[in-house]
Formats: sequence, C-alpha cells, structure tokens
Amino acid sequence: MSTSKHGSLLTLDARTKKRNAAEKRFRAYGLGAIVIAVAALAMLLISIIANGASSFRQTYISFPVTISAEEIEAAESSLLKTGAYNKIIQTGLLAYLTERDLLQDTPEADAFGMISGEAGSTFRQFILANPDAAGTTFQLDLLANGRIDGYYKGRVTAETAALDKNVTPAQLELADRLAADGALVKQFNWDFFTNPDASDQRPEAAGLGVAILGSLYMMAVVLCLALPIGVAASIYLEEFARKNWITDVIEVNIANLAAVPSIVYGILGLAIFINFAEFNQSSPLVGGLVLTLMTLPTIIISTRASLKSIPPSIRDAALGVGASKMQSVFHHVLPLASPGILTGTIIGLAQALGETAPLLLIGMVAFVKEYPAAYTADAGLFGEASTALPVQVFNWTQRSDPAFVERASGAIITLLIFLLIMNALAIFLRKKFERRW
Amino acid sequence: MSLFKMTASTLAITAISATAAAARDNVQIAGSSTVLPYASIIAEVFGENSDFPTPVVESGGSSAGLKRFCEGVGENTIDIANASRQIKDTELVACAENGVTDIVEVRIGYDGIVFASDINGNGFAFTPSDWYAALAAEMPIDGAMVTNTNMDWAEVNADFASQPIMAFIPGTKHGTREVFEEKVLLQGCEDSGAFEAMVDMGMSEDDAEGACMAVRTDGLSVDIDGDYTETLARIEADTNGIGVFGLAFYENNTSKLQVATMNDVVPTTQSIAAGDYPVSRPLYFYLKAAHVGVIPGLQEFAGFFVADELAGPDGPLAAYGLVSDPELADTQAAVANLTLMGN
Repeated sequence: MSTSKHGSLLTLDARTKKRNAAEKRFRAYGLGAIVIAVAALAMLLISIIANGASSFRQTYISFPVTISAEEIEAAESSLLKTGAYNKIIQTGLLAYLTERDLLQDTPEADAFGMISGEAGSTFRQFILANPDAAGTTFQLDLLANGRIDGYYKGRVTAETAALDKNVTPAQLELADRLAADGALVKQFNWDFFTNPDASDQRPEAAGLGVAILGSLYMMAVVLCLALPIGVAASIYLEEFARKNWITDVIEVNIANLAAVPSIVYGILGLAIFINFAEFNQSSPLVGGLVLTLMTLPTIIISTRASLKSIPPSIRDAALGVGASKMQSVFHHVLPLASPGILTGTIIGLAQALGETAPLLLIGMVAFVKEYPAAYTADAGLFGEASTALPVQVFNWTQRSDPAFVERASGAIITLLIFLLIMNALAIFLRKKFERRW
Repeated sequence: MSLFKMTASTLAITAISATAAAARDNVQIAGSSTVLPYASIIAEVFGENSDFPTPVVESGGSSAGLKRFCEGVGENTIDIANASRQIKDTELVACAENGVTDIVEVRIGYDGIVFASDINGNGFAFTPSDWYAALAAEMPIDGAMVTNTNMDWAEVNADFASQPIMAFIPGTKHGTREVFEEKVLLQGCEDSGAFEAMVDMGMSEDDAEGACMAVRTDGLSVDIDGDYTETLARIEADTNGIGVFGLAFYENNTSKLQVATMNDVVPTTQSIAAGDYPVSRPLYFYLKAAHVGVIPGLQEFAGFFVADELAGPDGPLAAYGLVSDPELADTQAAVANLTLMGN
C-alpha cells in the first residue's frame, strides 16, 4: 500500500512531531516558571530564617543579689531610680564574680557592661512586686547585653569585638567563664513575644508585645466592620438590586477600589478619621478603620462570587414553597454561601494584617512602650497608641544597632506564621464545607 | 435579622467610641529621625522612673514633625516636635496662624556628621576642599566653569590612595544634607579658592554659593533618601564607597566602618564638644507651652530630657553618641521656667 494522504497513526508525520515538540516546550516553560518562583521563595525564607531564627533564643545572666530596705528607700527617692538599682545589681555581680574567682584581670566597668540597660528596670519591677524581698538574698535572671548575646549567636567574634566600641574581647572571655560556671545561659525567648519595644540602646529587651496586641485590635475592628458591611452590600447587589447602569457603575468601582494602592487609604484615613473625626493618632481604631476600607472590596468581591455560585434552583425551591425573598436569602442562600464568604474574609484579613503603607500616615510607626488597653474611659475603644507587626519590622530595620536586624527578621517570621495559620484556616474551611453543584 | 443587628450594633459602638475618643494621658512626640533614638531612650527611662506613661515617639523628619506641631493647639495635635535644625521663620508664621504661639525651644546637644568607609578599605584624612573637588558639579578653571572630571580620590589629593570616587550622601529631604553642603562643600569651595575665582569671573555671591553646593549628577555621588542603615548596606555592597553618617550610627557600627578625619581631627563626642571637629550641628526639640498642665507629664518629660544624669557627658545619651551641650544648665533653667521663644 502506498502511503496515503493521512499516513499511519503509528508513524509520526512532521506536523504531529512539531505539535508534540511545542507541547514539550510549553511544559518545560511551565516547569521553569515554577522552579524560578520556588527558588525566589526559598531564597527569601532562607535569608529571613538565617537572620531571624536566633531571635527566639536569648542570653541571660543569673546571680544572687542582696538589697536592704534602706537601699530601696534611697533608690526610690532619686531621680534616676533604675540607675540606683543598677548600682545594687553591679555590687551583686562584683561579689559573685569575686567569690567564684571569675573576674580575674577583667576591668570592673567591662563586667558591668555585660548586663543589659534593661536590668535596673527589671529589678525595680521585681522589688515593687515583692516588697518582702528587702534584706534577703535572691537569684536574679537578667538579660545580657546585646553584644554578649550576639557573641553566642555568631554576630560578634573576638575579632570584631576588638574593633567594636561597645564590646571588648575581655568581656567575651569573661562571658565564656560565666557560661562554664553555669551563670550565663541561653533560653527560649518568651519575652520576644510579650515585651514591648525597647530603645536603641537595649535591642536585647525589644519584643513584639505591643505590636501583636495592636495588630489583634485592628483585626477585631476590621472583622466587626468589614464582614457585616461587605456581606450586606453583596447580598443587596446580588439578590435585590435591579441590574441597570447604576449597579454596573458600582460594580466597576468596587473592582477598581480593590486595586487602589493601599497608601491612598492612609491619606484618606488621615484626612477623615484623624483630622475631621478627631480620633486619636496612632490608635488601633483608626488603623482598623483604614484597613476596613481597604479590605471591603476584597470581601464584597469574594462574597458576590460565592453568592453567584449558588444555583438558582435553591432560590426557586424556597420561593416555590412560599418563602419570601428575604427568607430565601437568609435561610437558604447565605448558609450555603458562608464557606466561600469566610474564606474570602480570612484572606482579606490576612492581607490587612501584613499591610504597612497606610499605617505610616496615621502615626502607627512610633516608639510605643505601653501596652494599649482595649478600652479606657479617656481614650475610648481601641483609642490608645500602639504599633502593628509589619510597622514594627519597618521600625526595627531603621535602627543603628546590628542586633535589630535579627529582631526585624524574627518579627517577619512571627508575621509569616500568623499569615500561614490564617491562610491554612481558609483552605481548611473551604475544603470542609464547600459544596459542589 | 441577626446580621442587621450585628451591623447596627458595631456601627453604634464605633459612633460611641468616636465621641469618647479625644483625651489622652501620654505625651506625643514626632519629628527628626536623627533625634528619634535619643527621644526614645529618654522616653523609656521616663516611663520606668516616673508615674507617667511612656511617651509615644514617632519619626518622619524635622519638617514633617514641625508641620504637625504647627497644626494647632489641642489634644489631637502633638506636644513636642524633634528637629535636627532650628525652626524656620516661615514655620513660626504657620504656627502662629494656627494659634501655636507659646513655643519653648530646647537644645539637647550636638550631633557630629562623620565620613566613614569599609573597615578593610583605605583610610582617609579629608579636608573640606577634598570633598568639594570630589563632588562639585562644575569647577572654575582658567576663568570658565568646567565639568568636574575627577574620577579617583588620587586625582583629588595626591596623598590619597587610588580609589574610585563613590560617595553616598544624604538626600535633600534630610536635615543632614544642609549641614553637609554648608560645612563641607561650601567651606571647601572657599578654602580652595574656587569661590573667589567664581566671583572674579563675574558671578554674584549667591550664584557662586549655589555653584559651590551643586553636587555632580554623573553617578559618582548617590543621594540616599532612606536612613543610615541603607548607606551602610550600600557601602557593604560597594567597598569603594564612602558614606556620610551620624556620629551615633558610626559608634554603633565600629566593627564594620572606619571613620575618616576632617582637618586631621578624629570625630568623637569630646572633639566635637570642644569645637575641634568642624562638621556638627545642634539638635533641638520644640515644646508646646499651651499643653503644659493639660497633657500630664509634659514638662516633667522635658525636664528629664535635659537633666544632667541623662543629657550630661556621662549620661546614656552621650553613651549613644550625642555630644552634650556645654551650656546645659541654661537649657535646664529654660525648661524649668518655660522660657518662650522670642522672649
């Protein structure tokens, strides 16, 4: 048989080969794209974790201290109370070093410099909480200075210490002797999650407490406002509104708002909530309101999509057995659409949690040391100054002490963990409750 | 229906909190990012050692801080503006228009501006003339303005090691840039005789000053609009770079940077306090006297800021890199008496 026009199915003709080759190339492009994306993500994660994982452990120095009632009284009556407590700590440290013969030829000032500037405040808080401690000897766990902490995290070496004005090689040797004696230990750093921010001189004491609380308050505001408003708007647009040019215009505008740069919402928030409504600057209330505006389009779009996916037969059946339009929506359509709505809301919240730009304009990039209360008579609901997780990262990357690089990366890891939990929850809810028609 | 009730109640709660929100019991501060670390150190100590809450300190730059300071009087405006330069007359006018007339000016100390490069690179001993020759856009040569052709530090000064010129200087929005232009570029222009040559060429003194401070735009000088951490990152990436830093930032990064001398003086808090190191500037904060007695702890905080134990030569601010003010006692008296500007 001579070769026909169409040829055999078993031998590939030139055009089939060409098509197969094109498909192979396309697959290779796709794979390449994924490899590039994964490599970029891996690089990001590796650099952040390499920089930040060490922030979850912290170096402490522990030794006995004695304080008398007179010393407490004298300290409390001075201008710099924490300075006076520092002196007592130094006396205790010196006594301990002499007793264990650890000081050797290290200058005393160097030994004192190994204790964090936060120590005086820690000690004072302890004494105020335990007034009975006067006249007794007790063991104090104090933060080691950021450079000493850096020595145990590989950031500071004997070589860099020789050049560094804030640490000496003698201090590192003393630290090694203290570690061998068991007085210097590295522990899990719970304070990183509970402590408020600390000034540039005390990177070792800086924590995310205020930032986590502020982010939590803002998410509460966003959830309480964006979810009901977004769902109500979507139900009206999807189920009740007539389809005419006005609803078309609204739809185009909502889609457009979802793509507006977030800093625009910050400018709006500054003008409306702070200058016009006179809410407190730097407050989670204003932050939450601004993020609500930003999250609303996302929630409306996802809610409308999930309402659209409910088959009309559900509505028809409800109406057919005599339900009113509103009953059909609230008894049948909304419960079936709720997994999709929840997923959209959680993704919107996750987006809001990681947002920095609008918060820059409403004064949330600040040094805040006091934990914000959820409600006070003076400041109102969520009215006390606070920061948020992403702005704390921004804040720490601007500090001059290299120890803050580690803190900032640690804060990024914490933020990523929160985002991971929220996105995993969204996927879980979708998988568990989603119904296919 | 529960959805409607929930919406209505959340909106009601917001409305209630809106009416209640206004009062605050903490001091609110904004302004210069150079003063920020000092202000937060003091805020922290103030919170620990007094019965008042820790003040909230924002940064954002001297101009932005003073603008917010001048927005008016009331709990919704800031109490203190930090500034790395003195308040301008135009800002005082803007303040007065909004009813902010009673202002206390407090000079907290001096900040040194240093030139630093990679720790493993060449060391430099600069004079202002070297910087002018390296960074000027155009220089007068034989009676005409000629584009700067210096590409290497060895061309600028035969004593220097050969190293391509690469300077990271603060962007124009920084207060530091103004000091750099006036105390380094203009000074160098005058010292090297270029200023005189320009005037001889028929330029007016103002034009000549402008030409002295015009920085070359061919890429050998890079404006850094971010903060010193960005300058440091640029130097780590390009070890030929020489950056302009605040003394405090350099003091915290001495294991990565080496500092250059200026007129053979090493910048330290002592040499700046003595007036030997030429490139320094005073730092200020401005206090709204109308808020004293309204915002709890405001005057106490200002008093704390300038107390000998904190702002003195042995205090934590000096340890961080602030050059303490030799006339601190006068400042303390001004804060205690709330001496207003213009009196």
